[in-house]
Amino acid sequence: MINPSLSHSTTESEEASTVLRINGHDHRIAADARTTVLDALREQTGLTGTKKGCDHGQCGACTVHLDGTPVLACLTLAVSVRGREITTIEGLAGEDGTLHPMQQAFIDHDAFQCGYCTPGQIMSAVACVKEGQAGSCAEIQEFMSGNLCRCAAYPNIVAAIVEAREAMRR
Amino acid sequence: MDKPLANLGTVFTSIGQDHPRSDGRRKVMGAATYTAEWQIPGLTYGAVVDSAIARGTVRAIDASAALAAPGVLAVVTHENAPRLHALPSHGAGQQITGEGGLGEERQPLQDGTIHYGAQSVAVVVADTPEQARYAATLVRVTYDSQPPELDWHSARRQKSPKMFAGTDLLQQSADDARAAIAEAPVRLERKYDSSINHHNPMEMLATIAQWDQRNGEEFLTLHDTTRAVSLLRDVCATSFGLPSANVRVVSHFLGGAFGSKSWTFFNPLLVALAARVVNRPLKIEWRRQQMFSVAGHRPPTQQTLSLGASRDGRIAGLVHESHTHSSPVSGYIEPVARMTSMMYDIPNIGFSNRVSHLNLPSPCVMRGPGMVPGGWLLECMLDELASELAIDPIELRLRNYAEKNPATGQPFFNKRLRECYARGRELFGWDSRPSVPGARRVGNHFIGQGMASSTHPALQMGSSAQATIFADGSARVRSATHEIGNGAYTALGQIAADGFALSLDRVHIELGDTNFPTAIPAMGSMTTSSVGPAVLSAARCALAALKELAIRDAESPLFGAAFFAVDAREGRLFLRGQPSVGEEYSAILRRAGRTEIVADSTSPAGKEIKQPEMYSFGAVFAEVRVDEATGVVRVARLCGVYDVGRLINPRTAHSQLMGGMIFALGATLMEESLYDPQSGLPVIRNLADYHIPSCADTPQIHVEALNVPDPNIGELGAHGVGEMGCNGVPAAITNAIFNATGKRMRRLPITPDQLLAN
Repeated sequence: MINPSLSHSTTESEEASTVLRINGHDHRIAADARTTVLDALREQTGLTGTKKGCDHGQCGACTVHLDGTPVLACLTLAVSVRGREITTIEGLAGEDGTLHPMQQAFIDHDAFQCGYCTPGQIMSAVACVKEGQAGSCAEIQEFMSGNLCRCAAYPNIVAAIVEAREAMRR
Repeated sequence: MDKPLANLGTVFTSIGQDHPRSDGRRKVMGAATYTAEWQIPGLTYGAVVDSAIARGTVRAIDASAALAAPGVLAVVTHENAPRLHALPSHGAGQQITGEGGLGEERQPLQDGTIHYGAQSVAVVVADTPEQARYAATLVRVTYDSQPPELDWHSARRQKSPKMFAGTDLLQQSADDARAAIAEAPVRLERKYDSSINHHNPMEMLATIAQWDQRNGEEFLTLHDTTRAVSLLRDVCATSFGLPSANVRVVSHFLGGAFGSKSWTFFNPLLVALAARVVNRPLKIEWRRQQMFSVAGHRPPTQQTLSLGASRDGRIAGLVHESHTHSSPVSGYIEPVARMTSMMYDIPNIGFSNRVSHLNLPSPCVMRGPGMVPGGWLLECMLDELASELAIDPIELRLRNYAEKNPATGQPFFNKRLRECYARGRELFGWDSRPSVPGARRVGNHFIGQGMASSTHPALQMGSSAQATIFADGSARVRSATHEIGNGAYTALGQIAADGFALSLDRVHIELGDTNFPTAIPAMGSMTTSSVGPAVLSAARCALAALKELAIRDAESPLFGAAFFAVDAREGRLFLRGQPSVGEEYSAILRRAGRTEIVADSTSPAGKEIKQPEMYSFGAVFAEVRVDEATGVVRVARLCGVYDVGRLINPRTAHSQLMGGMIFALGATLMEESLYDPQSGLPVIRNLADYHIPSCADTPQIHVEALNVPDPNIGELGAHGVGEMGCNGVPAAITNAIFNATGKRMRRLPITPDQLLAN
């Protein structure tokens, strides 16, 4: 049951390409209409910092910012975000490698173990502070409950957000 | 090196420090490369077709529509997949196949037999992931189905294997214990049930398989989500009939495992088979839904515990019986008596373990195997006995405190559980706990407190490492063990730093590649205790070789010095007592025209270094709030005090213990996988239905470790901490619920409906 040609001519829809603006740079991707932002990032741009934890919107590992607002990259079709500004974990640190205060706080508070959910946690955590949802630990816990961490670094994640909240105000 | 390597003058300076994770920067920047993220030229993508029945055979697979779909390269099934040799019976010192073995015997696509629901029956390979996923929906599979066997008690194949993994006894005569119970003035017999738990690491199973021909020989390279590269290399070599040297397995970072990703060989073998058919590099990422059928799970248990005690609480006899289930193609059995057999000073202990083979997916180890469900029952029964006799639960445990392991009669070495009880009691505020259940209320909530003991074997197995000092004064250690979130890059880095007498930032650790010296899987809470000594020894050997180089070099200020008179500190060798006489590592190597100096070392296995009765111990305390109206249990506080030997890195150890406690909170209150009782197909297939603890479920947590080096486990004195945090928590919470409500909850997870019905 092997296809003898081992290669098909692609259909019109699959030939279509689109440009995604990611972390301030344009990336041309072959946009199958079914391609999610998550698969576009991981399979076509080499930006694998955004993680696939469930691929159907339940774990938060693929959280990116779309025009500054957190979205789940696995539930967002690539062709639907043309012209929008996508920010991934790779776009958070400064050009000179200086970490975002949230990234630094995650290191300082040991807010991860395996590190797989971490990019999504950090993208949500930045949004948590920016949206003014980090007023108390209880508020942070509520906001951050869409990002699952099986290593259960949760108490350290909350501590990191509390610290970064102050740094982000400065 | 022939020189004796003890007392090289290396002082522990990095070990024991609270260093931030060495891989922290990579992880927060998204720059740590996990398995599915390797960029491989010419990569193809696979999507797996699952069986729609739980028992029977595949009658036919019609792949024509899938093959006609855009981008599809092949549909691989049992009809066109290459044949494999059987799995090895043992690996990494453990039994893999047969009753009591850890692995699934079935290999992928070797025949059309369906053993359980959602079993992988075909792989569609295409140019893009979207094409593969779509075409997989076009594969038409017809079956000759049979009614699945799903009943524990009527199952035709029921076994009582002697050993778990070839290492732990599963059956012990209960005759003496039953006689002792019959004569005891206080007798209790209770049944406790636990449910199926899935590991659900955030990173799903993934493999990239690549075949190459070189000099007429075949080579297989796997990037795989395995925490056992050496073991998987051996399994692949055996299965494909290749020399071990022709298989390379790489796994630099794992997105969690928790017991999965080691003994399930099916997934990497499947990808390797399909890659061979298309003769292109192939990646398959399993989907979250499929993690409930191919990734292993902790099997459910039906347990009975009988005990007889004196009125002052001394337990005279105890019988622990367990029934669990496995698949038709796995011998895995949950070893529930691991804690019962050794924890208390009970003169007569019997236990039995039975397994029914059902048409359900294959179970495997999960964080705290045996200890979590079996320890839960044991520690709940201690609480039942305590309340029956009106004795404080800690006092009851002290009355049955074991100085010797009742299983062997040998004394425990360095046991400090009394200190854990005492410290936990103080930290938690145990003495203000009302001993009468239901005595404390705040609004609609009953407040209760409970405690339990925790234990885990402090194991050690042989492993190897290679150490290199470079001419720029930096150093590197390589070993085929793993970073799974355990902090291995950091802890092993600290150990290496002390071995090299360098600061941590000058040491580079490389793990997870079969090109590196063989090491154990990241299993059994023993990476640090097993690989750590090899790393320390290898680094010291490299340093010793450097000293030899210096003292034989007429141009070195250390020329002619006695070997043991040369000390090392922060990248510099010097004469003891005359620190000004010496030179940098880099100067020695450069003058010798060497780019590096390399040394290998292998640490002995625990048994070879005369392993005494080595266990970690701990005391766990929980406070719960139970809503009277809804039956919802919220854990308000968890407190754990542990004796796990020396902490190589207190920060990462604390995180691991804390994470283990929350992990076990999930098993206690929310985690349960269900299979349809008629079809045998998985009903729970996602993280919205399989609840794991979220940020909002997290209680206030206080973790302390005694941090006393255990000389019995070698110079490092460190036990593992991966599983200790888990063990004990389910019983502490269950006992706290009794203290809150007066209800004995004897089934996990303890859900609101059960609390209201009880």
